[in-house]
Amino acid sequence: MNINEKLATLKYNKDEKSHLIVDNEICKKCKNKVCLYVCPADVYSYNDDTDNITIRYENCLECGTCKIACPSKNIKWSYPSVQFGVKYRNG
Amino acid sequence: MDMNKTDVIVVGSGPSGVSAAITLARAGKKVVLTERGDDSGDKNMFGGEIYTNQTLDIFPNFIEDAPIERSVTEQAFILLKDKDSLKFAYNNGENSIPNSYTVNRSKWDRWCVEEAKKAGVFYAPKTLVKEIILENGRAVGVKTELENYYSDIVIIADGVNSILLEKLGLRKEIKDSDVTVNVKEVYKLSEEKINDRFNIDEKSGFGAKILGGPLKNLFSIGFLFTNRETISLGVGISLDDLKKIKMKPYELLEKLKEHPAISCYIKDAKLIEYSAHMIPEGGYNSVPQLYSDGIMVAGDAAMLVNNVHFEGTNFAMLSGKLAAETAIEALNSSDFSKKKLSLYEKKLKDSIILKDLKLHKDSVSFVKKHINTITEIYSEIICDIFKTVTYSSSQPKSKVYRNLLFKILKSNVIFKSIPIFLFAIRKCLKK
Repeated sequence: MNINEKLATLKYNKDEKSHLIVDNEICKKCKNKVCLYVCPADVYSYNDDTDNITIRYENCLECGTCKIACPSKNIKWSYPSVQFGVKYRNG
Repeated sequence: MDMNKTDVIVVGSGPSGVSAAITLARAGKKVVLTERGDDSGDKNMFGGEIYTNQTLDIFPNFIEDAPIERSVTEQAFILLKDKDSLKFAYNNGENSIPNSYTVNRSKWDRWCVEEAKKAGVFYAPKTLVKEIILENGRAVGVKTELENYYSDIVIIADGVNSILLEKLGLRKEIKDSDVTVNVKEVYKLSEEKINDRFNIDEKSGFGAKILGGPLKNLFSIGFLFTNRETISLGVGISLDDLKKIKMKPYELLEKLKEHPAISCYIKDAKLIEYSAHMIPEGGYNSVPQLYSDGIMVAGDAAMLVNNVHFEGTNFAMLSGKLAAETAIEALNSSDFSKKKLSLYEKKLKDSIILKDLKLHKDSVSFVKKHINTITEIYSEIICDIFKTVTYSSSQPKSKVYRNLLFKILKSNVIFKSIPIFLFAIRKCLKK
């Protein structure tokens, strides 16, 4: 089962602005880019064309793993504004 | 008097926050309980179980009145080899009160908040506290997205990610080894099928911890619980190990689901929810400063989890209650100083929370050091012993026994077990 099927089970309310912010200049120099695999929702992906990290913040499960895992402490992590983000029905 | 001033503001309406709030309200104190979700439980996820002792302490009526899924009457361990497995389970006697219950967090957390409201708590959902308002170094209220609220005391119960503690400088930066990343899937299956599959009835339930197999040599454990009409299956792994294996956490869960000892439980069941959450498992040494002027910290925000025994919600409830009891004494003497609130730490030290965390302060690093023995060698040897006893082969038993003996000797398991036994004995004798 792929991640999109898993995420499709969830109810989200998408904010217009991202609650996750990175400085791409720092990401460019990052060798291991752990955010690409520690995130349980595949929020982070690498765009070869632009040499930038793409953040699909609308899929975020608000777990906070990326913030701790980032070796450069380069993820400015906050909770989404109220009424936005993921909403669990079972938890 | 200011409309926005109350005795205590509790930030976060999870198990610790709601326990703090209801304890304060029952003592006649004015308390505001904030929640960043549309409603309590919206943002919460756990394994998981709530524990009878501490839950009864806060909600004496929960067994009769609360939306419980099932009691956990059978506690199993499933040891995995590549394809083989061994399952053993402890059942507590029919007449005893179950030790724990499974709940749906959306329903459960809401019920708890309703009880708190009945007790007089002012509940403020859709309220995101951005920071604590300090005056001369003392907390005097909270700043939300919309407005400021003021109080004599703030109890911080905003969970593992506690941004508030970080801003206040009350805790050090969390290390990779201090947290586990947990992913869980909830599967829908009829009550009847669940009862058949797990050999339980409407009054009983099944819980399991899963070791070895795809999780071998990792600080990682799988978990499985029966709810009334759903099954929760998940896995947790320490963030440092997750980084090492360069695997996505849900891929580890997928591997676990492929094992025949696990796949049989979720066969033909429909996935209805995927979720993820961090658990603070750094133990005693990761506990932040628990109090300051006008401030106390409870639950996951205070890293109060005993991962050796999978206990967290019970510590959350108890710490919330102890923070509230301290707040009541502080309010009665109109003293909200750091010195007065240090009573909270004393209460935690006198309770099972800091006693157990202190006892196990070196246990996680010990387990990590012996992870190969605990998660691979034991699973394999125990499976092989049971296979030898139960398997009818064409070889004479003398040869089968000899093969087993050689395997055991070759694994060096006896020698490797000595420090583990000694460690366990030391824990048993520690006062």
